[in-house]
Amino acid sequence: MNFLGSIGISEAVIQFMLVNAILGLSIYVTLYTGMFTLANAGFMAIGAYTGVLLTQQLDWPLWAGVIGGMVAAGVIAVPIGLPVLRLRDIYLAIATIGFGEVVRIVLLNFDQIVSSLIELTTGERTRFALVNGARGIRGIPKLTETWHLVFFVLLLAYVLYRLHRSRLGRAMAAIRQDELAAANMGIDVVYVKNVVFVLGAMIAGAAGVFSGHLTRIITPDAYGFSQAVDILAFAVLGGTSTLVGPIVGGMVLGALPEVLRFMQQYRGLFNGLVLLLFIVYLPGGLINPAGWSSLWRQARRERSSQGETLPEAS
Amino acid sequence: MDSGQQFLQQLINALSLGTIYSLFALGYALVFSVLGVLNLAHSAIFTAGAVIGLLLMRYVNASAPVAFLGAMIGAGLLGIILEWIAFRPLRKRGAPRISQLISSIGAAILIVNGFQLLFQSLFGRTEEYFPRGIVAEQPILIGSLSIQPIRLIILVVSLALMLLLQFLVRRTKVGMAMRSVAFNQRTSSLLGVNVNWVFMLTFFLAGALGGAGGLLYGLSFSRVTPFMGQDIALIGLTAIVLGGMGSIQGAVLGGFLVAIFQTFSIALGGSSYRDAFVFIILFLILLVRPQGLLGQPEQNRA
Repeated sequence: MNFLGSIGISEAVIQFMLVNAILGLSIYVTLYTGMFTLANAGFMAIGAYTGVLLTQQLDWPLWAGVIGGMVAAGVIAVPIGLPVLRLRDIYLAIATIGFGEVVRIVLLNFDQIVSSLIELTTGERTRFALVNGARGIRGIPKLTETWHLVFFVLLLAYVLYRLHRSRLGRAMAAIRQDELAAANMGIDVVYVKNVVFVLGAMIAGAAGVFSGHLTRIITPDAYGFSQAVDILAFAVLGGTSTLVGPIVGGMVLGALPEVLRFMQQYRGLFNGLVLLLFIVYLPGGLINPAGWSSLWRQARRERSSQGETLPEAS
Repeated sequence: MDSGQQFLQQLINALSLGTIYSLFALGYALVFSVLGVLNLAHSAIFTAGAVIGLLLMRYVNASAPVAFLGAMIGAGLLGIILEWIAFRPLRKRGAPRISQLISSIGAAILIVNGFQLLFQSLFGRTEEYFPRGIVAEQPILIGSLSIQPIRLIILVVSLALMLLLQFLVRRTKVGMAMRSVAFNQRTSSLLGVNVNWVFMLTFFLAGALGGAGGLLYGLSFSRVTPFMGQDIALIGLTAIVLGGMGSIQGAVLGGFLVAIFQTFSIALGGSSYRDAFVFIILFLILLVRPQGLLGQPEQNRA
């Protein structure tokens, strides 16, 4: 612990690293099924707002807030997923980016929408203030403890590990390999995709509740496109061939700016570089033995072929 | 002003905004039609156009037309660099389209953060204004309509660029090469088209159009920020999805439709929902007609 503290990793940093790990897992399940969605920042926002309102307004304990946030994100994911998951790669990415923006805009105007709805139905003019638009919710009690997060990450990893060996898990892998072939083998592609989408949304929702009770202030703008890209970066850095990848990726990206203090200013620059370099040179991510060995072989081949005059291979 | 005139005034606003959206969306559409990939760093190139124009005016005292040309060329070159760094290595490896999408997101973050650092070291803040008097500010009065000169300039310049692009793609040999590569890369390379060169040219054209759009957008608000591309990134995506991905006419049509929709939704209701409207259109089009208004349906390959 002392060693970690000396290189800049305090308990607060560890907590954020663990939240990142949960977020990494939330996009991992959809990527594992071959779906490229960028909706998880939106579900994180839904989870965060639901959970915080439950603990703040109704005095629910944190665990109940987490479940509430997960349920809310999962319930909203069903009507979104049913139509949207018919789309594929780029189209799916665009649609989910659009969803994230709609969530942000709805949260910004939520109070206004509700008060005009009240006015429409009852005819009374009332000032409704629950989520405070762009100002967000402040003064949230810091309920999340490190052991909550450790417990949740371990639980999640165990559930996902078991899932991979289940019928559903095999169906997920089959759909990623070849969707049409999977459908021909009798896998209900629509059902599996939607279940996985809802699962990812619930995980992101839980991460939202935890992070809301860590940062103690939530604003709609914290869950925009850049958050969606950050979540993607966790999975890309760590790699999605195993479920350890996104956990490591999230924790590394959470820790790096703290360890490399001089880098604080260049944090965004670094995130961009990570996405670019990893997708180009190490597409399997950090936790991917096959990728490392092929990179190593390639480097050795280049070094050994430098002296010779080989015809240019195409 | 009576309602008819108000309508005309709004229509002019929508048209000048729409030309910028169309210019920007054309860049997406060009790259998508020729390479079949979505370049999400296009919004960063849009910003680059405005930044380069601003720097030229600020530090070289360039006149507006010179700065405009400089911005287009600079943004086009940035497009070529992007192609080298973020797209070519992946294409050579035969990586899936999504990988190229991710690498372009990475490049976009890199460029935007680079501009942010540049702005902070040059101006000490993350926004900067154009020098005054670059374009005339006295509104032109036609009847009781008042039009700002910049809006007319935007309209004329953008339409000219679009016609030029249309001519280039439809009537020249280079354009024919681009169309043939878009149709089938392998066959056109067998027939002697230099595919890599066509890709570079496509990225240059897309970048130049995006840069022009960025500078015009910045001039119309007389303000540049490193983040201005983010506002328009999704609008441009909506425009190409609406018009049909990879269709050049579709991108122009989509840009105008989005602008008209935005302008009139502000005029009718609250401005805070105008982006929500745009995304709801995006959603609906994707669900009902993913190929867009003018696009061809994508084949479901086995």
